[in-house]
Amino acid sequence: MSRSEIMNAPVLEARNVSKTFVTGSHEVKALDTLNLSASKGECLAIVGESGSGKTTFANMLLGIYPPTTGEFFLDGMLLPARRNLVLRRTIQLVQQNPLSSLNPRRTVGASLRLALDVHSIGDRPGRSLRVGALLEEVGLPAEYAQRYPSALSGGQRQRIAIARALACEPEILVLDEPTSALDVLVQARVLRLLDELRHRRNLTYVFISHDLAVVRNIADCVAVFERGKLVEQARTQNLFSNPAHAYTRSLISAIPIVTDEEDELRRTMMEPRHAH
Amino acid sequence: MRRVMWILLSNPLSVIGLLLVGTVIFSAVFADFIAPFPSHRGAVVDFSNFNQPPHWPNIFGTDLVGRDLFSRILFAYRISLMLGVVVLAIAVPIGVTVGLAAGYLGGWVEFALMRLTDVFLSIPPLVLAMSVMGLLEPTLTNGMLAVTTMWWPWYARLVYNITRSESQEGYVLAAEIIGASRLHIMFREILPNCVPSIVTKMTLDLGFVILIASSLSFLGLGVQAPTPDLGSMVAEGGNYLPDSWWLTVFPSLAILIAVFGFNLLGDALRQILGGDT
Repeated sequence: MSRSEIMNAPVLEARNVSKTFVTGSHEVKALDTLNLSASKGECLAIVGESGSGKTTFANMLLGIYPPTTGEFFLDGMLLPARRNLVLRRTIQLVQQNPLSSLNPRRTVGASLRLALDVHSIGDRPGRSLRVGALLEEVGLPAEYAQRYPSALSGGQRQRIAIARALACEPEILVLDEPTSALDVLVQARVLRLLDELRHRRNLTYVFISHDLAVVRNIADCVAVFERGKLVEQARTQNLFSNPAHAYTRSLISAIPIVTDEEDELRRTMMEPRHAH
Repeated sequence: MRRVMWILLSNPLSVIGLLLVGTVIFSAVFADFIAPFPSHRGAVVDFSNFNQPPHWPNIFGTDLVGRDLFSRILFAYRISLMLGVVVLAIAVPIGVTVGLAAGYLGGWVEFALMRLTDVFLSIPPLVLAMSVMGLLEPTLTNGMLAVTTMWWPWYARLVYNITRSESQEGYVLAAEIIGASRLHIMFREILPNCVPSIVTKMTLDLGFVILIASSLSFLGLGVQAPTPDLGSMVAEGGNYLPDSWWLTVFPSLAILIAVFGFNLLGDALRQILGGDT
């Protein structure tokens, strides 16, 4: 195997994955024989309308439920339906709504510490220090560990949720619309943070979004889902400059531009990401 | 905590509740020192002073064997309150565990536990308590046992409902993805979110447990003589109405004060903590 082949070997692979939900006599095919892969350190975006199977894909990847057929591979190894702690730790999730994803009755510190305790990361006295370090890594002061989520803003909460996912020291981070509950300015800052973290920690992102402006800003590679089928997968540059599929073209042309102010912001956000 | 106290004190009804509950607890704890005739809690007989209307030093009058009614009511509070605390101390952990397990684990666990709860809830409480008491000997311990058997299903139902909706929250999914144990998720993640509702219901229930215990002893199935009990005092005095009114009125007022006080306080807590009892 040549050096470039090793570098480009997919860290994550979905082979012939499909999912059918059965409720009574009613069958819904949520995902249809899907093949998808992501390389190490890459940000793979999954775009599509609601109901296109994005979340189903993420849930199966996280092991919340197994696929009806097909398999997932991590570093070339089969991911079983029932995951042990080590495998759970490798794939972590950042949810859309940080208000719901943080327990309102537990301090930020307790929420972050959970991951360290469950996976026995570091020694016991060292864990509080590690919590502080995690908070600082996502751009928050270490004292925030004492706070409850209600005393934080939406953007700060989402940073905590990101820190919690990082606490497990994962290889793959599934980001399920991580910025769509935030206002536009905060959204841009959180995206910048995510981008920095990915490069610093060499993470692989599976970035689920319906917002193509955001995707263009952060993703290396885009997979377009339509009604449970993968209709197009391409490098971000190619997808936006030369969309092959009619559905992709309609998604791109549907990027809304509302006010001048937002237009301005969109344009800065849609500038191709600077080289690192 | 300070915020809760401040809101409590700014509402006149909850201040009344707090005062009534304070009085009841104070008299129960310090009965030995407040009661003018502490020995009258037991089998004391004073035929020179029996069945007297309120007079000094027997401000609530005396009973049929000449014991000071005021002293006996203070000691009856002690028994009632102890009974309430013990019943809740057993019923709440059982009910909460059942509710958390059924609500979070789902499947056959949910089915089995909640149908069992339904069976208990379908029997009228007093009938269930009476049958337990009838089966066993009518003692204080068995009284507590009887009331406990009928009390835990309400907590199971309450916690089950909250757990069902909390399980849909993102923080439960987050803990699952991290790999936290089911026990951790049930008791450390979901339970803290049930606490306000549980505390509110416990406050309300202290009053109701006292009422039920009094009803049982009114029917002759509770605490036995010579231990003072509000329910049996009312039952006994009922035979001598209206002439010896003090035998019934003062113990009844004592029950009223306790139940009313805990209700006012519970309602106030429900508004403050936002529990959905």
